Amino acid sequence: MVFFGIAIAALVSSPGFAAVRESFFDLDFAGDSVGGIASHFWVNVKLFLICEVLILVVGLTVALTRASRAPVLAPLRILAVVYVDVLRGIPTVLLVLLLGFGVPALQLQGLTSDRTVWAGVALVLSYGAYVAEVFRAGIDSVHPSQIASAQALGLSQGETMRFVVVPQAVRRVIPPLLNDFISLQKDTALVSVLGIFDAVFYAQDYANYHFNYTPYVVVAAFFIALTIPTARFTDWLQARMRAREQAAAR
Amino acid sequence: MNAPLLQVRGLRKSYGERVVLADVDLSVYAGDVVCLIGSSGSGKSTLLRCLNLLEPIDDGTIHLDGREISDPLIDPREVRRQVGVVFQAYNLFPHLSVLDNCTLAPRRVHGLSRADAESAARELLMRFGLGDHVDHHPDRLSGGQQQRAALVRALCLRPSVLLLDEITAALDPELVGEVLALVRELAADDVTMVLATHEMAFARDVATTVCFLHEGRILESGPPSQLFGAPREERTRAFLSRVL
Repeated sequence: MVFFGIAIAALVSSPGFAAVRESFFDLDFAGDSVGGIASHFWVNVKLFLICEVLILVVGLTVALTRASRAPVLAPLRILAVVYVDVLRGIPTVLLVLLLGFGVPALQLQGLTSDRTVWAGVALVLSYGAYVAEVFRAGIDSVHPSQIASAQALGLSQGETMRFVVVPQAVRRVIPPLLNDFISLQKDTALVSVLGIFDAVFYAQDYANYHFNYTPYVVVAAFFIALTIPTARFTDWLQARMRAREQAAAR
Repeated sequence: MNAPLLQVRGLRKSYGERVVLADVDLSVYAGDVVCLIGSSGSGKSTLLRCLNLLEPIDDGTIHLDGREISDPLIDPREVRRQVGVVFQAYNLFPHLSVLDNCTLAPRRVHGLSRADAESAARELLMRFGLGDHVDHHPDRLSGGQQQRAALVRALCLRPSVLLLDEITAALDPELVGEVLALVRELAADDVTMVLATHEMAFARDVATTVCFLHEGRILESGPPSQLFGAPREERTRAFLSRVL
């Protein structure tokens, strides 16, 4: 609280504040741009919702491939390692640019040239690599005695993964996963570099036209309004899980 | 005399240079309760893990019901359906209720319907005093209750042999009794068991055969009266004088 107080005081008392207030905190421009931003924000939300599901699928598939022990899957394991190493190394913004402009330029039959789709693919590939590592950490954190116990009951390796290891792993990685998803919510803004009319590109367009940056602040508020409920929802989810699985008496 | 249910011949197991089991011969007949005693690191747990094929063996044979299960072509899952194990640390699945812990393997491995698996599990849970905890998750239970639940989970597969690996070692002294009472009950029902234990009084009461392991070998074995009353080996006497 004290910190925020000092920060606000510093901001307000700064010599350039009058000019900043005019170009960043103008209520008239805020009111004028909020409707357009809201309708274009839907692009970000849609991208996030669709990518999130696909990222979970990609991430878990890659993690399970890396965790597999069967010798026949060795080539897939190598592929999974290469995928994570390469995709995690490329800045997401570059991947968005490469796929968003590159793939439609190939003019391949049967592939869509919709840049929004390719931007989504770029986000899925980039975040899939991160989430795969999160899942893998969760899988590795399940104690070997759990696996021994499942095998002693006659479960196959696949059944052990499906019924014993993965459910426990997923519960443990929910906080880091949420962290990645908040990050993804914000990174949907990267599609604006392709000129796709999401909330950020709309705000940029509006700002350039009116010589006023207030829409950027409005967009920021929209993103905050999206990320905070996600965080609270996951807190609630975790608390409920803990309450169910652990002793109230302890 | 009938053929033994479980027969081990010349079993040898090493981790790298370190030999943990050597020349182990063991015959377990239906209805037997075989207690493995010996100090920590004598190979009791490893022997049990070998019997369930959780550990590969280096040499020797293990026969279950006349079939060689140490044959590498045998599917270990086939064997584990017949050989139940309970571990020292219970190893219940924390994300599943007690009931689901008990029905997972019967449903997935034996292909029982949910209803059949649940009614069988409920019956056993009731019988072993866990009727109130059927829908609780394991963390809500005391150590003794968890270990009893782990026993029920193993029993739900209707194994022909039950392997118990120091199942009371992690329990508070006052909880040991409730678990041992259950094992006594199973012994009275002629359930065939091989158990590693530090509970000498229990071994003396319940065992049909006691084996003393020392440095990976069964140094001495026999009925409890003989092994506890008149041990042949100097090392057995030394061990018993320390623990009794």
